[in-house]
Amino acid sequence: MLGELGEASFVEKEAIVERLSARGDPSIRPLLSALLEDRLIVRQSDQRVFIVKSADDSLASLELIDPVSLAGAGSASRDDLTRIGTNNRLRKRLRALVARFDLSNPDAAVRLAAVQEILRSLDAESLELLRSRSAVEPNAGVKAEIEIGMGLASLDSGDSRARLAAIAALTRTLSPQVRNRLAALVEPTADGGFAEPDELVRQAAARAVRAIDRWRAFYGVVETLFFGLSVGSVLVLVAVGLAITFGVMGVINMAHGELMMLGAYTTYVMQLAMPNHIGVSILLAVPAAFLVAGATGVILERTIIRFLYGRPLETLLATFGVSLVLQQLVRSLFSANNRSVETPAWMSGTLQMNGALSITVNRLCIIAFTLVVFAILLIVLKRTRLGLDIRAVSQNRAMAQAMGIRTGWVDAMTFGLGSGIAGIAGVALSQFTNVGPNLGQSYIIDSFMVVVFGGVGNLWGTLVGGLSMGVVHQLLEPYAGAVLAKILVLVALIVFIQRWPRGLFPQTGRAAESQT
Amino acid sequence: MSSMQRFPTVWLLAAALACPGAALAQDTIKVGVLHSLSGTMAISETTLKDTVLMLVDQQNKKGGLLGKKLEAVVVDPASNWPLFAEKARQLLEKDKVAVVFGCWTSVSRKSVLPVFEKDNGLLFYPVQYEGEESSKNVIYTGAAPNQQAIPAVDYLMKDVAVKRWVLEGTDYVYPRTTNKILEAYLKAKGVKAEDISINYTPFGYADWQARVAAIKRFGSAGKKTAVISTINGDANVPFYKELGNQRISAEDIPVVAFSVGEEELSGLDAKPLVGHLAAWNYFMSDKAPANKAFIDQWHAFIKKPKRTTNDPMEAHYIGFNLWVKAVEKARSTDVEKVLAALPGLEVPNLTGGIAKLLPNHHVTKPVYIGEVRADGQFDVVWKTSGTVPGDAWSDYLPGSKEIEADWVTLKCGNYNTKTKMCSGQSYK
Repeated sequence: MLGELGEASFVEKEAIVERLSARGDPSIRPLLSALLEDRLIVRQSDQRVFIVKSADDSLASLELIDPVSLAGAGSASRDDLTRIGTNNRLRKRLRALVARFDLSNPDAAVRLAAVQEILRSLDAESLELLRSRSAVEPNAGVKAEIEIGMGLASLDSGDSRARLAAIAALTRTLSPQVRNRLAALVEPTADGGFAEPDELVRQAAARAVRAIDRWRAFYGVVETLFFGLSVGSVLVLVAVGLAITFGVMGVINMAHGELMMLGAYTTYVMQLAMPNHIGVSILLAVPAAFLVAGATGVILERTIIRFLYGRPLETLLATFGVSLVLQQLVRSLFSANNRSVETPAWMSGTLQMNGALSITVNRLCIIAFTLVVFAILLIVLKRTRLGLDIRAVSQNRAMAQAMGIRTGWVDAMTFGLGSGIAGIAGVALSQFTNVGPNLGQSYIIDSFMVVVFGGVGNLWGTLVGGLSMGVVHQLLEPYAGAVLAKILVLVALIVFIQRWPRGLFPQTGRAAESQT
Repeated sequence: MSSMQRFPTVWLLAAALACPGAALAQDTIKVGVLHSLSGTMAISETTLKDTVLMLVDQQNKKGGLLGKKLEAVVVDPASNWPLFAEKARQLLEKDKVAVVFGCWTSVSRKSVLPVFEKDNGLLFYPVQYEGEESSKNVIYTGAAPNQQAIPAVDYLMKDVAVKRWVLEGTDYVYPRTTNKILEAYLKAKGVKAEDISINYTPFGYADWQARVAAIKRFGSAGKKTAVISTINGDANVPFYKELGNQRISAEDIPVVAFSVGEEELSGLDAKPLVGHLAAWNYFMSDKAPANKAFIDQWHAFIKKPKRTTNDPMEAHYIGFNLWVKAVEKARSTDVEKVLAALPGLEVPNLTGGIAKLLPNHHVTKPVYIGEVRADGQFDVVWKTSGTVPGDAWSDYLPGSKEIEADWVTLKCGNYNTKTKMCSGQSYK
């Protein structure tokens, strides 16, 4: 029967899979999961079916396993093997079948996933399996999940009291399956009647649907806020470097975006350098990007910008020219095409908080990362000698010089610090946007906006400004669309700057007076 | 300059060198290639330039055309839409090419259209597009909406039993027109307005979390949901990444894309995309002998055994062979004579079928739906039983269904069957 798999159409494969699993023999599970994971192959020379250990195409020869006895069966070259393909329908069926075998897996997490998988396509047969598992299931979480399945099944029971009890039990679950199932009870059918004959049960179901909807709406708002914070933290991250070069030093650095791009490319190079340790490479990319972008910044300051202090227009033009040079540099080095940066496994996926709310791990990482970078920067500025020098020079250059501070050196270090943080922002950006020569251009405007909005020269302003702009943008986007939301934020910002030209947190005291 | 005047021999030498070149040029037929070799579209269009060069090379190896050698004239419009018109004028007026193969985006085609109509040139356009156009001077070898979008919707409706639809596109003319046609089609099929969600994002959009979450919410209403994606360019990469990140698998909410092919997938990790769909008229994984031969020729020509082939390449293959056949039939490269010879001609396509050029300047094509494999290729899960004739003017849009294009009997690309009027050329 296995031999037929090689030549079969998708429909025939499904029939074969059904026949194989009909006996309920657990020894078939490795075969099913191999088929699901693209690891089932046909050997061309004798049309025999094998499982391979890894689906990795880069290996020249693959180890074979006999699908029935699970004993090793030697190895074969890649060219002699043909993968047995699957389609969406078949994969869905396979997942459901594998889940049935996983119900008795010793690992509770696997059992939980299996129950959730079964709930997605509940039928009489799988319900029976759930019922028998429920009796012996030791884990409370898995048992609760099985109860949902039982509850859903009881909705079909002939006894209206059982149905009421089921609804009461299901009210606490927020998953869309339950909500839709309950909503179907109260929805009038085509002939004017209801799927649920009992008026009392219908009322209970309607109440339950309302309760679930309230909770789902609440979690919807929580989700939007989370999205807003994550967008905002990206804005803070890209702007905080600029808050130093533009805010503290007053340099209009149009190449700020390109420094981020250098950071993103550094991440890419780090991944190329250690292809087998993607998870570690991203951590190492943070200091590497800081050094690369920071060094570029120092060179930029020493060779160009220091000759242009006090001439903002020339600085703007010169740094714009530098941004074009940097773009062309990566085009020549890496080609104009986007490079793909992989997301490490520990940063992908979602945390399922409950049936209605799930939070993506990579966004959570970015928020945490932004706060850490911000805290470190604050400590550097407030608690270190370099920070003291930076603040002294920015407040009164002549006095600082008179006190023996090497202002030229401080300028270079300050610019390097701001540029290095732009590089770190690039590492974060590489995780969810395209890494290409134009990466910087799409963020430069945003970063200037955040700095101006928050108040030039104030780090806390950048933090609050960035986060609030992100949240407002995310609140607007569902109603206004991506383009209009951006325009609305921009218009609101212009109006705000008209009214409060110094931003959210204007600098006060003598330093501010001397700058104007 | 001054040194040149002092040495007249240099001039003589230059003239002597130029003369044989000029004599040679008279014996060749010039073929214009108008594809961006730099800028944002270079990724896709450079491949098409190489395809035309390969086809020209092969034709020359077969002895050329009408006893003459073919000579490719390559220009670079640099993904700059007005520059497309300028380069087209250069090809037609200065280089006097017999035919042009070129353009990718609809906006570049709209930009060169007035030039081709004024100078009476001949353009073969190889990319799927939104329709609503038929020019005397353009042969559309890519798919019209009824050869890609409509069959894809039919497949999802019948075979996957999709009840709720998200139309997600990039904000420009092709997605907007295609989605307008699809919305009208879905409503004609009885889909309610609340079961259709249409959304547009700008080119290069990267922060997909909120959009994908919205799609997830839209898809959790208990009805099978699918996404029809006309997202174009590199915005696709973060979109599919975010789908994988939020654990939306192709089994729950399949995404069928009209602009994602083998070439686009070769640049990224296809594993999170496995099972998502694409609708094309050609897939590299097709097992037809003609396709096998074409892939071998391509690899030999480009000297990179890992390079992919894709749908617009097949369109150029069909277009080039149609043109060669028409020139042989007309025994001339004169545009009027070739245009008269073209309708009704049949050439084999790469998937074992026949492409026939219709009077409306579109070709017949088979439609395939493929599921993405982990290696970036496609498994065909559905195909039309025969070929589908391309329809220039959609039957599902009000104002467009009465219009017909026929360059044989009506000699018009925009003929209103109700008012019996020809509105002439259709470009706006």
